[in-house]
Amino acid sequence: MIRRIPAWLFPRLTGAVAWALAGLVLSLILGISLMAWPHLSWAAWVGSENGASNPLDPRSVHLVPLLVGTAARTFLMSLAVIPMGILTAVYLAEYAPSGSRAAGLLRWLVQVLAGVPSVIFGLFGLGFFVGVVGGGLDRWTGDLASPVWGRPALLWASLTMALMTLPVVVVATEEALRSVSQDLRVAAIALGATRLQVLLRILLPNALPGMATGVILAIGRASGEVVPLLFTGAAVATQGSLALNERFMDLAYQVFVLSTQSPDPQASRPLLLASVWALVFLSLLLNAGAAILRFRATPAARDRL
Amino acid sequence: MLAQRSSDSGPPRRREIAFDTVTFEAPQNPVCIEIQSLSLWYGPTQALRSVSLIVPERQVTALIGPSGCGKSSLLRCLNRMNDLIPGVRVSGGCRVGGVDVQDPQVDVTQLRRRVGMIFQKSNPFPQSVFDNVAFGLRIGGCSGSELEGRVASALRRAALWDEVRDRLGENALRLSGGQQQRLCIARAVAVEPEVLLMDEPASALDPVSVGRIEDLIRELREDYTILMVTHHMQQAARLSDQTAFLHQGELVEVDRTDRIFSQPRDPRTEDYVTGRFS
Repeated sequence: MIRRIPAWLFPRLTGAVAWALAGLVLSLILGISLMAWPHLSWAAWVGSENGASNPLDPRSVHLVPLLVGTAARTFLMSLAVIPMGILTAVYLAEYAPSGSRAAGLLRWLVQVLAGVPSVIFGLFGLGFFVGVVGGGLDRWTGDLASPVWGRPALLWASLTMALMTLPVVVVATEEALRSVSQDLRVAAIALGATRLQVLLRILLPNALPGMATGVILAIGRASGEVVPLLFTGAAVATQGSLALNERFMDLAYQVFVLSTQSPDPQASRPLLLASVWALVFLSLLLNAGAAILRFRATPAARDRL
Repeated sequence: MLAQRSSDSGPPRRREIAFDTVTFEAPQNPVCIEIQSLSLWYGPTQALRSVSLIVPERQVTALIGPSGCGKSSLLRCLNRMNDLIPGVRVSGGCRVGGVDVQDPQVDVTQLRRRVGMIFQKSNPFPQSVFDNVAFGLRIGGCSGSELEGRVASALRRAALWDEVRDRLGENALRLSGGQQQRLCIARAVAVEPEVLLMDEPASALDPVSVGRIEDLIRELREDYTILMVTHHMQQAARLSDQTAFLHQGELVEVDRTDRIFSQPRDPRTEDYVTGRFS
């Protein structure tokens, strides 16, 4: 049966599908760029001087504050997810007794976390971070009438995102640690290195490119993600402050709101297109960063430089 | 030069020689390593059977024998690298410079600084040449100009200095195979061990590099006690002062190298060194 399939069929079929996908991605990027181009004026980035600026009107919002908000929440998320993810992965790769049920359970739970729908993360963030942690802080400081922490805010949205992207960092870091050659480990131990010295001086430096790839993929996923933000702190328009306990503006959230709930779709279209373009290029940029790190991660590739 | 007493405890009917102690009539050099009735199991499999061996200071001792005979296992007992393998059990003892290696109280990191190891496959860190040699010194707390001096002297000792003095910042993986192995020797020598364990140090190299490594071993012999596993008969004959033949986990015979190769006492040794089985 298989013998009857002509030899040229599979190379062509697989190639056709692969290139069709590549064409789709390219035309997406090109199409968005072409549509957004007329709207990427200086005013779209920072706002025009003469335009009546009402901070609570979504139509007077500009790209720069949106990008700043997204950058802030992504940065805060990284501050939380990088140490949490690396510590977990180091435990799993180095200290958990190999083949133990506890480690297996932990690894499985991380995978479960990866499969949890983002809307659940949003609700969890609202219930746990906003309600339990934030509400608890307010109760502790004794001011329940006007909550300071017990409301959706930048900090809680960032922590919710950190939980959501934790599996990406854990899996990439553990994989990177495990793929450090056993020879290097043995060489270091034979020179009298302690376990901690092997970890700090051999394993982590050599796993760094793989770990960075994981972190960038996590950031890439988080920066375009909207759903968890719906409940935990994003707002259409704010006064522009970036306080930890205030709501914040966000690029992806703006795209979602403008495309589904705009009071005047015609008027908000320029901002929508510009936001979409910015979002796409942000993700392109982050993926390019991850690719460069992956390239540098392989010693052979590094040697060719 | 070597005399052995056959064991009183061994069953007399079996045709094997068990060494409980090996003493030297007129030892030229003091004893460095003393292995006594060392047995080793990987799970249920016994890899070493009551091996006893004395290694004199500042000599080259070659361990020969067919693959799987326990040479490498024996080597790894001496710096406790066997600890890394799960399910290893050891009985009997070995002393390096008077210290009982198997003693659970022994600080293994200190021990490994005294007993350096060179592996069959050179394994430099993917860092600069300098950082490779500096690794053991840095974890020992050495820094600054002292570090630089000791790195340079280790590279000189490993006969690598002239080739890499202008490439100290270059990634060690760019060196040739033979240079990488000499770099690993420099890295081991840098922490000034007493013993160098070499596990087929030249088996993965081209003939020219092998020659250089052999020259180097001859020089290192002046300062270090070297215990070397090799599959290469001529190499053992060229380099070593004494040779021990292991077979199926048993130390069959140990003697001055010239005698092992010219007039072995045990027929198994003779078969092996003459190439009748491998």
